[in-house]
Amino acid sequence: MARFLIRRILQGIVVLWLITVAVFGLFFVVPNDVARTLAGRQATPETIALIQHRLGLDQPVWKQYLDFVWRALHGDLGYDYYHQVPVTHIIAQALPITLSLAIGASIIWLVLGVFNGVLSATHPRSLEDRGLTAFSLFFYSMPPFLLGILLLYVFYYQLTLRGVTWFPAGGYVPFAQDPTAWFQHMVLPWITLALLLAATYTRLTRASMLDVLGEDYIRTARSKGITERRVIYRHGLRAALTPVVTQFGIDLGQLVGGAVVTETVFSLPGLGNTAVDAITRQDLPVIIGIVLVASAAVVIANIVVDVAYAALDPRVRLH
Amino acid sequence: MALLEVEDLRVSFDTPDGVVRAVRGLSFTLAAGSTLGLVGESGSGKSVAVQTITRLTRGADVGGRVVLDGVDLLTANEEELREVRGARIGMIFQDPLSSLHPYHRIGWQIEEIIRAHEDIGRAAARARAADLLGLVGIPRPETRVDDYPHQFSGGMRQRVMIAMAMALSPEVLIADEPTTALDVTVQAQVLDVMRRLQEEFGTAIIMVTHDLGVIAELADDVVVMYAGAAMERAPRRELFYRYHHPYTEGLLTSLPLRGEASGRLRPIPGSPPSLIAVPPGCPFAPRCQYAFERCSITPPLAAVLADPRHQSACWLPADRPRQESAEEAA
Ligand SMILES: Nc1ncnc2c1ncn2[C@@H]1O[C@H](COP(=O)(O)OP(=O)(O)OP(=O)(O)O)[C@@H](O)[C@H]1O
Ligand code: SF4
Ligand SMILES: [Mg+2]
Repeated sequence: MARFLIRRILQGIVVLWLITVAVFGLFFVVPNDVARTLAGRQATPETIALIQHRLGLDQPVWKQYLDFVWRALHGDLGYDYYHQVPVTHIIAQALPITLSLAIGASIIWLVLGVFNGVLSATHPRSLEDRGLTAFSLFFYSMPPFLLGILLLYVFYYQLTLRGVTWFPAGGYVPFAQDPTAWFQHMVLPWITLALLLAATYTRLTRASMLDVLGEDYIRTARSKGITERRVIYRHGLRAALTPVVTQFGIDLGQLVGGAVVTETVFSLPGLGNTAVDAITRQDLPVIIGIVLVASAAVVIANIVVDVAYAALDPRVRLH
Repeated sequence: MALLEVEDLRVSFDTPDGVVRAVRGLSFTLAAGSTLGLVGESGSGKSVAVQTITRLTRGADVGGRVVLDGVDLLTANEEELREVRGARIGMIFQDPLSSLHPYHRIGWQIEEIIRAHEDIGRAAARARAADLLGLVGIPRPETRVDDYPHQFSGGMRQRVMIAMAMALSPEVLIADEPTTALDVTVQAQVLDVMRRLQEEFGTAIIMVTHDLGVIAELADDVVVMYAGAAMERAPRRELFYRYHHPYTEGLLTSLPLRGEASGRLRPIPGSPPSLIAVPPGCPFAPRCQYAFERCSITPPLAAVLADPRHQSACWLPADRPRQESAEEAA
């Protein structure tokens, strides 16, 4: 176990390092005119050169990269080009928003998906099964922004017209500041994201459950005289959950990089929105910082998935 | 009175290819404490028949009666069935690895069956589980309760299954080819354990098997199944020495002679009919060397022979000559 973790963490560090190299490389392959943008239309070449010097952009790329790595190893990801705000600070602002979104939505879609999947699998080809499949496919095939805008139209616009102001149009309030407002701001984004992803989980759980329910040990369980509910949950779902947990870890890891469309529709200043802004403005330190956080999330999620896998299935040994 | 009576049991499955008639009018009785052997080729409906006794064949159309101590299990409700399953009828299956839950500890799996029927605490159930493991011959049972199925060998897993099925000393143990997946030497040990527990608890056993050797050793009565129906029913000695049905003859004459490593069947030429379109008349007719005109037109009734406990579904006269080699084999 310890050896497994050490090996996987080292591998993760290598992956993160390769990603920084790639992002740095890309940034300098495409022509960048950050200094010119910052200096404004009428800037003299001298001003531009000065700005380039201040941002360190006049240094050779390899030197800039080494500087970056050196500082990064000390927990300093540099400053954004435009307002000189520490990148770590920007991330610390945006990450809780994205985490709020990802974790809240993931709980909803997991419960919804697994519950519907079990229901579908235990009543295959029934009305419930068909209804749930249609329901989840409907949202699955819907463009994310459309679903978000529809929810806003119904729950913000129409309700507000009728004097009900439970759901704001967008934005974010930190939990620590006002838990109720935080919740009100998060509900619609959660539902949007959850409905989009629930279909995958419904189908995954359904397929996995159908497999498991055909296993010999389910027949054994029934032959013991336990309740059918116990057969389905303690024996069936317990075994069927493994692929679901894997998928869940991967999805959650990816979401930490930002659910761009959902964040945009609901004007949530999370990592996704921040990344899009940074990319349009070619704000390299911010881009790299966010890419690092997102990649680290994926790497960690993968390790957690493997550990969870071993915890779920006693036949699996970590090594 | 018999402990368990199966009367005209019919089980069919509606599949995309058509209705599969897996069991077509099977009848037999099981006396308390006795052993009934159920033999037949692969696909003859043995598993479907015995699993239907406790209604484990889900999605099947079931007809007939299965009477345990005066109560018809086929019309019992879910609650009544649960009280029978595990407590009064225990089951073990062919493949002990796939029949145990891979994610749960052995002890947990045995405790579960006890606690499903008795109001006792975890600790007490756990102690019982360890006792049971000891009873079926598993060394160091107090520590092995915490192991998972994959940490046991095939024979030990089947012992675990037996311990679980016998946990509540049921009146009936249904064993569906319990030794088929095991090595020959292990087979004998597992059968020994079953026999020992049968004596101790007075359990009646329905032993489903391909193996006439097992039948010869354990069974009091034998039912020979073919294409979902009983071809012949008789007490063991009667069946081996005075069999009547040509299918039984086929099974016995294809038996390897004593001294050969295994008592497994060598197949009879030809193959069983499709259970979707079972031909009218005798289902064995296409493979029967004695078949005559009437056989493929009218299904034979189960004629009672000299011994009233002996019945054979065949048109041949009761005193038909038999092949010598079969008797030797028996
Ligand atoms: N759930 C099901 N749906 C459709 N057909 C089924 C189902 N279960 C069993 N059958 C069919 O019923 C027939 C009898 O099967 P069964 O498993 O009872 O045979 P068996 O005598 O136990 O054979 P074996 O010795 O191989 O175990 C087979 O043709 C099988 O394909
Ligand atoms: S009834 Fe006819 S075909 Fe069937 S077993 Fe007897 S002799 Fe053979
Ligand atoms: Mg079988």
